[in-house]
Amino acid sequence: MDFDLSEEQSLVKDSVTRLLRAEYGFEAREKHRAEAVGFSEKIWQSFAELGLLAILFDEEDGGLGAGPVQTMIVMEAFGRALVVEPYLASVVMAGAALRHAATAEQRAAIVPGLVEGSSRLAFAFAERGTRYDLARIAMTARPDAGGYRLDGEKTLVLHGDTATGFVVAARTAGAPGEAAGLGLFHLPADAEGLTRRGFETQDGMRAAELSFANVFVSQDAVLGDPQGAWPAIARIEAETIAALCAEAVGSMERMVELTVAYIKERKQFGVPIAAFQVLQHRASEMYMALEQARSMAIFAAMNAGEEDEAARRAAISAAKVQIGRSGRFIGQNAVQLHGGVGVTMEYEIAHHFKRQAMIDLAFGDADHHLKLVADAGGMDERD
Amino acid sequence: MDLKFTPDETEFRAEVRAFIAENVPKDAQETLRAGRHVSKDQLVRWTRILNEKGWSVPHWPVEFGGTGWDPIRQYIFLDEMQRAPAPQMLPFGHSMVGPVIYTFGSEKQKDRFLPRIANLDDWWCQGFSEPGAGSDLAGLSTRAVREGDQYVVNGQKTWTTLGQYADWIFCLVRTDPAAPKKQMGISFLLIDMTTPGITVRPIRTIEGGHEVNEVFFDDVRVPADNLVGEENRGWDYAKFLLGNERTGIAGVGATKERIRRLKEIAKAEPAGTGVVWDDPRFREKVAAVEIELKALEMTQLRVVSAEARRGHGKPDPASSILKIKGTELQQATTELLMEAIGPFALPYEAEEIEGRNEPPVGPDYAAPIAPNYFNMRKVSIYGGSNEIQKNIIAKAILGL
Ligand SMILES: Cc1cc2nc3c(=O)[nH]c(=O)nc-3n(C[C@H](O)[C@H](O)[C@H](O)COP(=O)(O)OP(=O)(O)OC[C@H]3O[C@@H](n4cnc5c(N)ncnc54)[C@H](O)[C@@H]3O)c2cc1C
Repeated sequence: MDFDLSEEQSLVKDSVTRLLRAEYGFEAREKHRAEAVGFSEKIWQSFAELGLLAILFDEEDGGLGAGPVQTMIVMEAFGRALVVEPYLASVVMAGAALRHAATAEQRAAIVPGLVEGSSRLAFAFAERGTRYDLARIAMTARPDAGGYRLDGEKTLVLHGDTATGFVVAARTAGAPGEAAGLGLFHLPADAEGLTRRGFETQDGMRAAELSFANVFVSQDAVLGDPQGAWPAIARIEAETIAALCAEAVGSMERMVELTVAYIKERKQFGVPIAAFQVLQHRASEMYMALEQARSMAIFAAMNAGEEDEAARRAAISAAKVQIGRSGRFIGQNAVQLHGGVGVTMEYEIAHHFKRQAMIDLAFGDADHHLKLVADAGGMDERD
Repeated sequence: MDLKFTPDETEFRAEVRAFIAENVPKDAQETLRAGRHVSKDQLVRWTRILNEKGWSVPHWPVEFGGTGWDPIRQYIFLDEMQRAPAPQMLPFGHSMVGPVIYTFGSEKQKDRFLPRIANLDDWWCQGFSEPGAGSDLAGLSTRAVREGDQYVVNGQKTWTTLGQYADWIFCLVRTDPAAPKKQMGISFLLIDMTTPGITVRPIRTIEGGHEVNEVFFDDVRVPADNLVGEENRGWDYAKFLLGNERTGIAGVGATKERIRRLKEIAKAEPAGTGVVWDDPRFREKVAAVEIELKALEMTQLRVVSAEARRGHGKPDPASSILKIKGTELQQATTELLMEAIGPFALPYEAEEIEGRNEPPVGPDYAAPIAPNYFNMRKVSIYGGSNEIQKNIIAKAILGL
């Protein structure tokens, strides 16, 4: 085992960090998010130029074939800067769908646009009753004249408001809650019968509700087995959670840094408030929570591609528990130690706090994953 | 020890409950039930209904419009208000400056201001904190210089809650920078918000709302008649005021009301083949909070009845327990609401804060939940932060 970054990994880290340092300070971030599409198209192009949109795809498909450690590096840097561009939606989620479900021809048709930044996909899975169970999908796909007809509603589709296309999970057979009978479909955002309503999210990003009324997709829009997409969906979920863990760690790291700097600088009672031992201890606890989270984000990255589904699930759930708990502890205390300025939009810390809260509620909160680990008999048995 | 409310007290509770149920503006009650903030208009209407009945300032001395209720009855009244739920009285006049004025103010000030506070004719705000003076309030630097029969005020206040609506602000100002202790050079001034030289700038809070402000004073001329009590004695009045602030802060009734809503939502929100409430782990977490809340309620009653014996206006350091535990439980219940709605906490509705015009994304009870969770982080910061309260317990109770 080697926790040091390889030369190639260091290179990625340096180039992302350099870009974000120059273009993604807190004020710049607030400007990016105020743009019409909710992020900066210019930054998106810079991601393309740096190859960040390509890292996850295989070389045969026009990608860099880099793997989970590089995703972790990139997401961690994004977490520090609170990046609002649709990287998670398009590259991580939809990208995973293409890698795990699409044929070589389908990838050849779709990936180049994604890699060069001209198209962006969003992954539409959630419905009113889905909550944290991705098999709980009711939307239907009916075979019809050499293709399928999609009917139903999707919601909470991250960056669905500006995506140029979607990967949609829909049911060709079975009932909500059953893993069998699910398919993945790729379609353009302007497909006939598809309407969307965009909205802002609590953490300063965008999402959409989608409504499908008898939307036709041809046979070549089906990604993989129309009844057997579950293994691919499970992989999308695992990779997305691993990426979210890394993002959360980047944001936690920034919160600890901002808080330590703030308490050294803020004076009350004639001394820096860092002189109060209770605040020193609190900061120490935040730091410990960060390091525990970092370890588990690494653990998640190591296991995101694990072939044994049970082992993969246990590892990913364990990481999500730790991230949820550390994120809440660090977030709440970072705000508390900032005093009044911690609860204003004008300081960076509040935005990290909100992002942490939303990460916890994405793909299952800490309690949900704790239950999954417990129900599987805990962690030990699989080592 | 008699651990039951007396028959009189029970009867009193029933009377209060019935009055609130019949008279509280229904629109305001709906707003509160949905977990949203009442408007200025709703609060004004309710205050005037209570004032008509003689109940808008129950804790004040009878001669100024109070009811003469003992602390237990006042507690019952407050509890019923929070549980109903009915809008809480705007604290700045009602619990802060009102008592300062009737205790330390001039006859003229009493006649002029108290009836208008009781009827919410004047909207007051609190100008204590400054950018450099938070937990260390005595470090404030806003200056007031006496010139003839006026004070000239220069400086800045911040975190001024609802200052955007205010007709008046009560301020701590430094009148003697050379005093041997910084607590000794402070005075308590009442300032008309329409006076030239005052600028109010909004601060957007974490959830996106406008609830606090910065207030700037640039050569603001204040009649010397608006000084409360004696010059340079303002710190004593401020300590009296802050002591009163802490008792109401536990919010037991409001937390009960939030738990009621939490259960309602958990029973409606789909999870798996059932609803969130089916999960025994979730129910345990709610029960744990309810148990702590019951303990807090009993502690509060003990503090209140000790106060009834000791006489009003002498804050008990044990009220720090109420502040810490009360705010922790307020925060815990907003967290549980987040857990209950899960992913549907995500959509942000600007309309949620400014008035709504589109159908919500997800269930209609979801929109205020994340904003409340974010916003309620403030309660462990203001009113004397929870760290400061623990310092008080350590020093004043434990003698450490
Ligand atoms: C939403 C909101 C509304 C408010 N409304 C008003 C209002 O209407 N009028 C008004 O005058 N003020 C108001 N306040 C101000 C409030 O009273 C202050 O925020 C509070 O006193 C804390 O001060 P501060 O924000 O400067 O934090 P600081 O005092 O800078 O504290 C920062 C951190 O250091 C900790 N700390 C400070 N001193 C110590 C110590 N000795 N030991 C251990 N820890 C310590 C604190 O607990 C906190 O965690 C409001 C604040 C908020 C957030």
